[in-house]
Amino acid sequence: MSERTGEHRHAVTLTVNGVLREATVPARRLLSDCLRHDLGLTGTHVGCEHGVCGACTVLLDGEPVRSCLTFAVTVDGHEITTVEGLAEGGELSPVQRAFSECHGLQCGFCTPGFLCTVTAFLRDNRTPTDEEVLEAVSGNLCRCTGYQNIIKAVHRAAEIQAEESG
Amino acid sequence: MKPSPFDYHRPAGLGEALQTLAETGSHGKVLAGGQSLIPLLNMRLAAPGHLVDINGLTELATISADASGVRVGALARHAAVERAGSARAVQPLLAQALALVAHPVIRNRGTVVGSLVHADPSAEMPAVLALLGGSVRLARLGGERDVHARDFFVGPLESACLPGEMAVSAFFPALPERSGTAFCEVARRHGDYAVAGVAAAVTLDEDFRITAARVACVSVGPVPVVVDVTGVCGPRPPASVDWDEVARAVQDRIEPEDDIHATAGYRRHLTGVLVTRALRGAAQDAAQSTAHDAGEGRA
Repeated sequence: MSERTGEHRHAVTLTVNGVLREATVPARRLLSDCLRHDLGLTGTHVGCEHGVCGACTVLLDGEPVRSCLTFAVTVDGHEITTVEGLAEGGELSPVQRAFSECHGLQCGFCTPGFLCTVTAFLRDNRTPTDEEVLEAVSGNLCRCTGYQNIIKAVHRAAEIQAEESG
Repeated sequence: MKPSPFDYHRPAGLGEALQTLAETGSHGKVLAGGQSLIPLLNMRLAAPGHLVDINGLTELATISADASGVRVGALARHAAVERAGSARAVQPLLAQALALVAHPVIRNRGTVVGSLVHADPSAEMPAVLALLGGSVRLARLGGERDVHARDFFVGPLESACLPGEMAVSAFFPALPERSGTAFCEVARRHGDYAVAGVAAAVTLDEDFRITAARVACVSVGPVPVVVDVTGVCGPRPPASVDWDEVARAVQDRIEPEDDIHATAGYRRHLTGVLVTRALRGAAQDAAQSTAHDAGEGRA
């Protein structure tokens, strides 16, 4: 597209899931599209593209952000963690295992956003209350589960995390 | 759902940013957190020719607090201001309101000053600035000016920030001793824009009588609606205030409209309920700080 419009392209270097990646993108390239189209990391899902659904949530320097409300050029030089980077050494992370165990997903479209959001949340709050869990996932929409199993999965993930660190 | 093309500028300093804004005039737009601007760009409701990305200007990510109030720089994210203990100590209303701004993930990126310039009459930050009588510092090439909150919010999504200008910081004044604050709102879901919301500040005298009380209402007018209710509330203790009368005094001043989320009548009703709730909460908060001060005085 930008080849046809003659749009200026910018070289961007990102550390994605610990790997240095480079792309040449127009300034208007959303981080979500850069990850999916330019870097081939299609684990990050794109739902509403205006910040409501949370499906595109990734970690920017460790903090969850909407990749559809961030330009790739803005985060040049920064670290990104996507859902592909949550598992370690081929083993699912505690949050991923808990979602699987508790049936915290059905179609899976919203799941990458939930996993990234919850991973950062449980890093900062290892023993959350029900109320805190509700608030933590309130910015992510799921159209399958009715949320109850997602809430259970967050508590279960906190348990797994505690068992494994203890 | 992709933005139109634009020329991208990433200034290395504030001077360069102001130079670019001066050159691009009404075609230039500042990109800070982007949590309001990028949805508008994605939906092509806005299509500026030039974006000036200030995310590299970390010298603007400041939060400084002293006895007079809290000054927040243009790149201070909502989450950082919410967590800043010094800001919370001087002006607790900031953190009370920030907990209601969108979702935690949006607050990681969005900025307080960006919310002010966006000037959404449904948003919390403009109401806080309006209630406290704060100001926004606007810089342009070769000068700057401070604009009081009452002049800053011009209309829905319209602030006093002119082409070529950039909001570099905002100042949220502290309240006098024996004051308390609260922010109450009703939203369909946690983190949604409020159907109605009220920020309140109350000051008591040494005998716990209300000497100053005012509210700022969101989603019920083109800009945050500030109403001073000192006359209806005081000078008497909160327990003997006729709260229904106070609610009516505010309801007479607001201009809610029907939309897809609520009727004007429902917004008016909610605002009345929230005025009472927020003022009583603020009075309680003030009474606690007054009791605390008295306790310290005796010790």
